[in-house]
Amino acid sequence: MNPRETLTSPRSEASAGNVAGTAARPEAETAAPVISVEDLAIAFPSLDGRETVKAVDGVSFAIAPGETFGIIGESGSGKTTIGRALAGLLPPTGGTIRYDGEDLRGMSRRDWRDRRRRYQIVFQDPNAALDPRMTILQSLIEPMKIAGGRSPEEMKAEAMRNLDRAGLRAELADRHPHELSGGQKQRVNIARVLPLNPRLIVCDEVVAALDVSIRGEILNLFAELQREFGIAYAFIAHDLAIVAQVSDRIAVTYLGRFMELGPAEAVTERPLHPYTAALLSAEPRPLPAHLRAPRRIELKGEIPSPVNPPSGCRFRTRCPHAQGLCAQQAPEWREVRPGHHVACHFAGPDGLVEHASQQSSAKTDTGGDHR
Amino acid sequence: MKDMAPDSPLLRVEGLGIGFGARRGRIALRITEGVSFDIARGERVGLVGESGCGKTITGLSLMRLLPGNARIEGRILLDGEDLAKASPPRMRKIRGKRIAMIFQEPMSALDPVFTIGAQIGEALTLHETVTRAECRERVVEMLAAVGIPAPEKRHDEYPHQLSGGMRQRAMIAMALICKPELIVADEPTTALDVTIQAQIMDLLRDLSERTGTALLFITHDLGVVAETCTRMITMYAGQVVEDAPVDAALTRPRHPYTSGLLRSLPQLNRARGEFAFIAGRVPSPAAMPAGCRFRSRCELAGPGCEAPQTLERVEEGRLARCHRAPDLDLPGAVA
Repeated sequence: MNPRETLTSPRSEASAGNVAGTAARPEAETAAPVISVEDLAIAFPSLDGRETVKAVDGVSFAIAPGETFGIIGESGSGKTTIGRALAGLLPPTGGTIRYDGEDLRGMSRRDWRDRRRRYQIVFQDPNAALDPRMTILQSLIEPMKIAGGRSPEEMKAEAMRNLDRAGLRAELADRHPHELSGGQKQRVNIARVLPLNPRLIVCDEVVAALDVSIRGEILNLFAELQREFGIAYAFIAHDLAIVAQVSDRIAVTYLGRFMELGPAEAVTERPLHPYTAALLSAEPRPLPAHLRAPRRIELKGEIPSPVNPPSGCRFRTRCPHAQGLCAQQAPEWREVRPGHHVACHFAGPDGLVEHASQQSSAKTDTGGDHR
Repeated sequence: MKDMAPDSPLLRVEGLGIGFGARRGRIALRITEGVSFDIARGERVGLVGESGCGKTITGLSLMRLLPGNARIEGRILLDGEDLAKASPPRMRKIRGKRIAMIFQEPMSALDPVFTIGAQIGEALTLHETVTRAECRERVVEMLAAVGIPAPEKRHDEYPHQLSGGMRQRAMIAMALICKPELIVADEPTTALDVTIQAQIMDLLRDLSERTGTALLFITHDLGVVAETCTRMITMYAGQVVEDAPVDAALTRPRHPYTSGLLRSLPQLNRARGEFAFIAGRVPSPAAMPAGCRFRSRCELAGPGCEAPQTLERVEEGRLARCHRAPDLDLPGAVA
């Protein structure tokens, strides 16, 4: 087989026939958010059942139609839990998630399933997401079967259309997952959700399991589908460089909370939060020595346990700028630049921490009324 | 060191081929072929490539940790002694003492039923005659040297009581306890968060500089290599395709595969838009093409590429396995 064919094949013919395409974007940019999350909290009992792990603890944001919303953070930051909640796989223990403005709590199971269908998720491991005993065609048809409303012929035709749309040749339909490469399997996982006419796809580390040389192919496919169908993405990854390059906005999570949220370029180039700055400086860059930043901001220690998060600001135990105030008071979630929010007592509009070391810890209202 | 000249390499790998399923002395499935490189004393070398390129198995072969059905061709010379032919008792003397290894997943490399101290001390008691008190003292010292807080206390704890980053530090302590001349580190930071990865990279680099231990850093992450190593060896489909100083390889790669890999990397300061990638797939070891192994994915393939390629010197200190290398001007990570 020649994989180049699959890469360069034009996709125009698929879009015309795809019902999903036209229906998915009724409104333009001014539209109401696809999903809006308010004060979301998700807690799990710890293994021995005596304590509560607050995986997500008070997070608010909204994703616009056709937007790519990047979520970055280290393991234990709660980013995957947020993603699962968005796809309706985990019930919130606090706060609300509105799907196209609707709060789905209290809705009948049947209605809930109908609505939830348009909020899909693509997982990290392309192997684990496909049943090894089903052919690719069966895997493609399964979600449509569950959704109902299509005849077997329609389902097959739709499946083949989406296979092509995802850049895979038709003869792969009769193969089993083990006969496909990792990249091809991830394409199948993307093709599976297309017939459901998704409004939002949660992309949870979708290229982490793939080789570097082919990640670009899959990321390009996501971008094409977004342009064509106006799908919004919640793009969750630990790889900052990838998130920076795909996202419109980026949220930085730490211990179940957002530390910073703003336009992708502003977050990566002029970060407001010390944690974001540290993450950026820790990212190993494939550049010769003279082009790399000379010194990284060193973060001491590791992410604390979400069972007992630190008092006040959660990042203070590792923050190079932490003051007395940080232990006493949780920083407010402030809009410091237009559309750019941060949770840090000492962040100002002109960049990172403004001389945190000179701030008196007694002054509790620093920056609270900056703008 | 013995009777070798002082400027001879610490490790010289010559024509290393690893295969499986040998029948009547013939290898049925060849994973690597003709892998040759040197590591000087105290040098930090990155061995990069994608999954299946043979980098991990090359690392394992240096320690002779390959499964029983594996066959080795070629020579692995540690100070002139061929490890490929060394007897098992001889290898036991070398493993841990002269060459040590750090694995990707510290949780599966550490034994859950022994304390951290006991596991690190085991390496020491195998190779040196030490009293129990001395052993403990040396282990605690080493735990402190790799940046584990409260080393006295950690000495008596079990792996599950340590975080991922601390476990990897314990693995490094275990590798360093006998002051080896070479450490083979196979993706030692891949399982770690980026802030912890940065700590471990700094630690490995500092320890290597301080103790003069050479490092073979096996990874798929070119950023990690850029920040820790001085030389970079790129493997593709079981062969070394490029061998060059890190900064030179990143700025101006001399093999189309290295160049493609570098361009595929997302970068923080790059604008949104299309991602570069290398079309196609790595050929399977069972159906390796006769000529250049990268040819089917190479944008620059042309006449002459169907012939087998050899690793040739393209300039001082740089090797590439591409007959066109001298004429090509390939883009690297820097636009």
